[in-house]
Amino acid sequence: MMITIEMLNEIKKKTLKTMTLRLEKKNNGISSINKENVSDKKHVLICGGPGCHSSGADELKKRFEQKIDKEELTDVNVSIAGCFGLCESGPNIEIYPGGTFYSQVKIDDVDEIVEKHLCRDEVVERLLNEGAIKEENIKPVFEVDFYKKQEKIALRNCGIIDYNSIDEYIALDGYQALAKALTEMTQEEVIDIMKKSNLRGRGGAGFPTGRKWETAFKYEADKKYVICNADEGDPGAFMDRSILEGDPHSVLEAMAICGYAIGSDQGYIYVRAEYPVAVQRLKTAIKKAKEKGLLGENIFGTEFNFNIEIRLGAGAFVCGEGTALMESIEGKRGMPRPKINRTAHKGLWGKPTIINNVETLANVPPIITKGAKWLKSIGTEDSPGTKVFALGGKIKNTGLVEVPMGTTLREIIFDIGGGIPNGKKFKAVQTGGPSGGCIPEEFLDTPVDFASLGKIGSIMGSGGMIVLDDTDCMVDIARFFLDFTVDESCGKCVPCREGTKRMLEILERITKGKGTPEDLDRLESLSEAITDSSLCGLGQTASNPVKSTMKYFRHEYEAHVKEIRCPAGSCQELLQFFITDKCVGCTKCANNCPASCISGNLKERHVIDTEQCIKCGTCMEVCPVGAVIKK
Amino acid sequence: MAEITINAKKYQVNSGITILEACNRLGISIPTLCHDDRLEPYAACRLCVVEVKGKKNLQTSCSTKIRDGMVVETHNKRVINARKEVLDLLFSNHPEDCLTCEKAGGCKLQDYCYEYGVEEGTYVGEKKDYHIDDSNPFYTYDPNKCILCGKCVRVCDELQCTNAIGLGNRGFDSKVVTPFDLGLATSNCVSCGNCVAVCPVGALTPKKKEKYRTWEIRKVKTTCSYCGVGCQIELLVKGDKVVGVEPARGTPNDGLLCVKGRFGYSFINHSDRLKAPLIKRNGEFEEATWEEAYDLIIDKISEIKEEYGSESFAGLTSARCTNEENYLFQKMFRALIGTNNVDHCARL
Repeated sequence: MMITIEMLNEIKKKTLKTMTLRLEKKNNGISSINKENVSDKKHVLICGGPGCHSSGADELKKRFEQKIDKEELTDVNVSIAGCFGLCESGPNIEIYPGGTFYSQVKIDDVDEIVEKHLCRDEVVERLLNEGAIKEENIKPVFEVDFYKKQEKIALRNCGIIDYNSIDEYIALDGYQALAKALTEMTQEEVIDIMKKSNLRGRGGAGFPTGRKWETAFKYEADKKYVICNADEGDPGAFMDRSILEGDPHSVLEAMAICGYAIGSDQGYIYVRAEYPVAVQRLKTAIKKAKEKGLLGENIFGTEFNFNIEIRLGAGAFVCGEGTALMESIEGKRGMPRPKINRTAHKGLWGKPTIINNVETLANVPPIITKGAKWLKSIGTEDSPGTKVFALGGKIKNTGLVEVPMGTTLREIIFDIGGGIPNGKKFKAVQTGGPSGGCIPEEFLDTPVDFASLGKIGSIMGSGGMIVLDDTDCMVDIARFFLDFTVDESCGKCVPCREGTKRMLEILERITKGKGTPEDLDRLESLSEAITDSSLCGLGQTASNPVKSTMKYFRHEYEAHVKEIRCPAGSCQELLQFFITDKCVGCTKCANNCPASCISGNLKERHVIDTEQCIKCGTCMEVCPVGAVIKK
Repeated sequence: MAEITINAKKYQVNSGITILEACNRLGISIPTLCHDDRLEPYAACRLCVVEVKGKKNLQTSCSTKIRDGMVVETHNKRVINARKEVLDLLFSNHPEDCLTCEKAGGCKLQDYCYEYGVEEGTYVGEKKDYHIDDSNPFYTYDPNKCILCGKCVRVCDELQCTNAIGLGNRGFDSKVVTPFDLGLATSNCVSCGNCVAVCPVGALTPKKKEKYRTWEIRKVKTTCSYCGVGCQIELLVKGDKVVGVEPARGTPNDGLLCVKGRFGYSFINHSDRLKAPLIKRNGEFEEATWEEAYDLIIDKISEIKEEYGSESFAGLTSARCTNEENYLFQKMFRALIGTNNVDHCARL
């Protein structure tokens, strides 16, 4: 089937009618609802993001539909959309008009919501999201602090459209950018707009996308490839996953635009097999786009052909590195290539290849429709646009946020993220995953962009942001990330294969109280050597967690090796358990101690034999009066 | 041509070559364990790193091409420290049995540790502890000595095209393996020994029939006698005995051999080897001169041909003869005796 722009607009017009209520969210409450055009009176929107999906979003939808049927409500629509972002409080649902925000909705809550909210317009207050009530006033979802400072470009459709509906994507200007590029613009014009927008790669390195495309465009070859790098692997990062699952067509459309710009007719999405839901939704999206003629031959009646195939990664983090990724697609062992040729000249099977990350691609269609100036009006001069972050760790609002570049860390962590839970104190934020670094409190007012994070010893990376509080030991955090890198090193080059392992062994010794002051010098010289001489980005950045924690928290390292003490009280083997004079002599600790190293008579203060103690903490857990302390 | 500055000295070199190639031509020695000019650049050992002005990190000279105006430092403190660190890391995960290692004297890791003053592996921690694969009749694979330069795998893939071995596992646990790590005997290895020839350390060593140290032998270059290709080989001679064979670089084989040329040398000193023609007299083989032997052959052929005709002959020759010898043999049968009844065993 061949699609025309008129047909695209027809689908858009028709589908918008069923979506109008939901668009209140997109327009931040500015309701453009023309009641005449609305086909439903109420709309229940369920989050189908990774977290909510696993905690039963699909069952919720079914239950809503059953109950609505039972109540014979004819004008209520229920749909499931991509990630709302606030994973902490899932499963989340929103009800329109009004944007009422319910959280942690269980299957048994559905009847009540239908009976009260849908039948009688009464808000079920007990299920409202915590942030949606302020001084007894009920706030709509778009006024909740978590969302207020966000600005969504890459995630523009996530949480609004049904990810399985190509029509809903089209309704929100989907495939208009491709239509415009193919029918109104030359290849040079597309590249020019991308260059002027200065969109930088969101996968980590921040290379200007337009310049990359231009290099591949100018290099003559009989075949060129477009690859979408969806091998997201940083611990705790799920930005790309949410886009793939919530708005797969935005990636397909962008890949086709890139294909047109550089002169390629074949795209590959390299996605990790650990994302089965994303893979399924991508497959559905590719099939539907083909059926509509938005992928395939002669798209929009032009001579442009473009097809997309999926390639599954087998769980190697290093395959997110461009050259290792191409080796993997070629069917070889996923190891980085020496950087002799540019990928845009000689990439996949030796042909010019563009590799863009998912989030980068999701930014492309709006740039084509709205122009370079529009993107440059958002974010900073050096890093225009927005960035998606996965907030995790010791933070109240765990989830996915998209903010303009230049937003400070403090705004992200405290205003949007809600700060540190359980009355604990902020200690540091780890950005950029295993390649990034830990940023201490003194830099909280740093605006987040590619350059500024680099200056303070971290990186933007793909957007992982792990918040640490005062109970987190920084040596142990460095050890955690090194442990990951050692596991994920491909083993090709010596500094990364052997060096990161030795660095991990030193860190393990330190956290077990067996480190020496010389170990600290060793760590420093070894991390320099690994950075300086490793083959790929994985090795070159593997030392960053160590370097940044040593720079900002050296006193913690020194306490471990000089005083054999963990200031954060986190390294089990360095702790000593004591029983204070609060002890009432109930004997519970002695009875439960698996090492039988607590002695004392009934109704007398007990004593721990610290030589025999295995530091399991059982005594502390069972003590009814809090007499056991660790220090 | 490009002008480059290496160690503060200006040189004119061909553009399009790598820094390593340029340095080799200019007589500047750069250490490398994974480079082989017959193979694609691999850049894994990181020993050939050099400082290139304007580049943040050190660059591997084996995979960085010369550009006009490039400024390179091959032996400054930063570079030397990086190389020392690499050697230290490698040696920290390597058996310390250089005294008895078969490769001693010909080991590149040993040579470079000596050159850079790395006396010991200073990192204490986990070390490789693998089973030694002794299942191939011609060579031994000791993964504990392997430094994972990947040369064996790449030679087997890129030059030998057998793909009997590959890299298995990941990171620190990486290991050269046969499919499913079942051992060489079960693989499709053809025992060409080209992996053994490129191994820079003692991980792949030929099974020796006689013990020798690398400094006890002299190399005698000759042509392999097994077929007409004319592969160039170097006989390893200890005293007056051939104790091994290594392939020689250059035309036609450029450092490659097949199992025959590489490992089939024991016939040279074999007790069964014939050194003179034998003629059966009174039911027993007796040593004879070549003149006697030729006379006998001519007599017999003439006699049989006259009595029974040409078609009563059949000839079988050996694959251990050269192509030229086989050619002469069939010519003798066809032209001289006059029959096409001539064949060749075509196997070793």
